[in-house]
Amino acid sequence: MSKINVPLGPQHPGLKEPINFGLVLEGEQVDKATVNLGYNHRGVEKAAEERTYIQDIYLIERVCGICSHSHTTCYITCVEEIAKAEIPERAKAIRVIVAELERVHSHLLWLGIAAYEIGFDTLFMYVWRDREHVLDCLELVAGNRVHYAINTLGGVRRDITPEIKAELLKRIDVLEARTKYYTTLATEETTVLARTQNVGVLPRDLAIKLGTCGPTTRASGVARDVRKDEPYLIYDKLDFKLITADTCDVFGRVVVRVLETVESCKIIRQVLNYLPEGPISIKVPWKIPEGEAVNRYEAPRGEDIHYVKGNGTDRPERVKVRAPTLANYHAVPHMLQGGWMADVPLVIAAIDPCMSCSDRALVTDKAAASSAVWSWEEMRRNGIEFYRRRGVDFSKVTLK
Amino acid sequence: MAIENILLALFYALIFPGIWFLATYGMTLEWVDRKLGAVLQNRVGPPWYQPLADFIKLVSKEVIIPKACDNVMFRNLPYFAVAGVTAAMMMIPVWNGALFSFEGDLIAVIYLLTIPTATFFLAGWSSTSPYSAIGSMRVLTQLFAYEVPLMLALIGPAILAGSWNITAISEHFARHPAYMPAQLAGFLVALLALQGKLERLPFDIPHAKTEIVGGQFTEYTGRLLAFFNLAVSMEMVVGAALLNAVFLGGGLGLTGTGAFALFMLKTLGVVLLLVVLRVLMARIRIEQMINFCWQILAPLAMAQIVFDIFLRIKLG
Repeated sequence: MSKINVPLGPQHPGLKEPINFGLVLEGEQVDKATVNLGYNHRGVEKAAEERTYIQDIYLIERVCGICSHSHTTCYITCVEEIAKAEIPERAKAIRVIVAELERVHSHLLWLGIAAYEIGFDTLFMYVWRDREHVLDCLELVAGNRVHYAINTLGGVRRDITPEIKAELLKRIDVLEARTKYYTTLATEETTVLARTQNVGVLPRDLAIKLGTCGPTTRASGVARDVRKDEPYLIYDKLDFKLITADTCDVFGRVVVRVLETVESCKIIRQVLNYLPEGPISIKVPWKIPEGEAVNRYEAPRGEDIHYVKGNGTDRPERVKVRAPTLANYHAVPHMLQGGWMADVPLVIAAIDPCMSCSDRALVTDKAAASSAVWSWEEMRRNGIEFYRRRGVDFSKVTLK
Repeated sequence: MAIENILLALFYALIFPGIWFLATYGMTLEWVDRKLGAVLQNRVGPPWYQPLADFIKLVSKEVIIPKACDNVMFRNLPYFAVAGVTAAMMMIPVWNGALFSFEGDLIAVIYLLTIPTATFFLAGWSSTSPYSAIGSMRVLTQLFAYEVPLMLALIGPAILAGSWNITAISEHFARHPAYMPAQLAGFLVALLALQGKLERLPFDIPHAKTEIVGGQFTEYTGRLLAFFNLAVSMEMVVGAALLNAVFLGGGLGLTGTGAFALFMLKTLGVVLLLVVLRVLMARIRIEQMINFCWQILAPLAMAQIVFDIFLRIKLG
C-alpha cells in the first residue's frame, strides 16, 4: 500500500492548541511521526525581564491556563530563596491546598479530554460537570476560577476562613466519591479498555532515556515525583502515596491520573486539618539582591523547573521556564510509531500537552555556528513584521 | 388516467412516504436523538426546531468546491444519497402495507440502502484531501464489516415467514406474535449493524472528528453538506422502519391511523435504543469494528438463521 502524508495540526479538532504532527500513514497505521513546534511563541521569558518581580507573578501565571499556580509557585519560591525570605507555615499550607486543587482540576480536565478524543462524550460531559466543584473551590479560596493569583511575594494574598474550610471539606468529599466512580468507569468499561490498552506504549527504559516527567513517566513504572524526591513547601509533612503503573500505555496514564486525583483529595483534607495559625505573608523588599535560584515543582503535568537570576534591582536579570510538556514532547513520536491513525489524538492527549508553555525562540546560524537570543524590541519588531506579511498590522498597538 | 398516475407517483415520491415525510420525520428523529442524548449526558440539548434551523443555515451558506475535485460528481452526490434513501422507503410498509410490494423487495431495500454509503465513499474520494481519502476508505471498510451481519440478520425472519417480501414478513409476525421474542438475537445484530450503517457512535469511525476532522465530508460545505446531513437523518427513519417491519411486525394487523401511530411509536422506540447505544460507549477502532462484526455479530446472526430453519421445520 502506498504511503500518504497526513498533517495533524496546527489546526485540528483533536488538538486544543497549535502544534503540528507530520504523520506518514501506511493504510491506517502510522509509519513515522514527527513533531513540529513553534506556532505559539509568546516571549514570556523575555517579557519577564522587562517587568518587576511583582508584575512577573501575574505574567508567569499566564504561561499556562491550567497549571497557573504551579508556575507562579515555582517562580516565587525562587525569588524568595534569592531574597532569603522564609514565608510563614500557613502561607505554605495554603499554597499546597491551591496546588492540589489545581491538580484535581487539571487531571479531571484531562480525563474529560481523553474521553472526548475516543468519542466517549458522556464521560466527557460528566467529568467536566463534576469538575465545576473544584473550580468553585478554587474560586472560594482564591477569588478566581482559572488564574488564581493566590501567590504574592512573601506568602499568599488570601486566607482560608473556617467557613471556607468547612465548604472545602464538603466539596472534597463529593469530588473524591465522583473520582472513585470514574476510576471504576475508566478501568472497567469495555470500549474504553479497547481504546486505551496497549496504545501509545512507552517502555520504562525509553521513558528514562528520553527524560519524560510527570504522569507520563509514572505510567511507565518509574517512581519519580518531585513531591517525594525533593519535598518543597510542606510536602515532607504529608502522608500520600506515589502512584505508578507498569502497563506503560495510555491505560496506565489514565489509571495514574485518576488515582492521583484521589490522593490529592486526601492531601487537601490533611492540609485543611493541619492548617497552622499565624500570618499569611511577610514583607519582602521589592529590590531583590544579586543571586540565582533553581526550583523544581511537581505540576499536574510533571516536573516544572524555574530559574531566576536577580541583579539587585526590582527586575530579574533572567527568568527561565522549563514547562513539563517540553520534556514529554520527544516521547510522542516514539509512542505513535507503529500505532493506529485512530489512536494518534489520544496518544498526543495522553501526555497532557500544553503547547504554548513550551515554545521557545533561539536564533541559530548554522553557517556561522553561532546562536543569539533576541532582545524584547527585536522580538516585537519581528512579530509585527510576521503579521504584516499575513495582512494584519499590529504596528499601531502600543504596550504599556 | 395517465396524468392521475403521474400525479400520484409524484405525490408518493415527494410528499408521502417520500421526501417531505422522510425529511420531516427524519428531522424530528434527529432532534429526539440530540435532545435525548443531551439529557442522558446531563446537558440541556437543542430546541425542537434545531435540525431545521441547521438545515436552513447550511443551505443559505456559500458552497466551496475544491479545485482538485471532480466537480460534477462532487455536486451531485448528495442528491443521489437522498434519492437512494427515498427509493428504499417506497418498499417499506408505513400505512397499509408498502407502496411497491413484490417478492424480493427485502433484498432491493438492502441494496438501495447501500447507495447512500456508496455516495459517502465517492464523496470522500472525489474530494481528494487526505482526511477525506482516509474517511472514504473507512466508509468502505466499515461497509464490508456491517453489511453481511445486517443481511444475515434480516434473512432470519424471511426464512421464518417463507417470503422475501417485507409486507409478507410483517404480516406473518402480526399473525404469530409469539415468534417475535425468538428473533431477539437477530434484532440485536440488526440494531448494531444499523448503528454501523448510520455511522453513529461507537461506529462513527469514517467521520471521527478528533481523528480525521469531518472524514468523507471534510470538504463539503453549504447546501451540499445540508443534503448529506438530511440523507443521514432520512436513512435513520428508513433503517428504523425496516427494523420495525421485519422484526417488530409492522402494523400488527392494524390498518389506517392505528397502523400509522404504531409505526411512529415503534420507529421512535428503535431510535431510542440507538441513542442509548450512542451515549454508552466510546468510539472503537476500525479493526476492532471488523473483528466485532465478523467474530460476534455474523456468527450470532448465523445461529439465529439456523434456529429459524429449525423452528420452521418443527412447526411446519
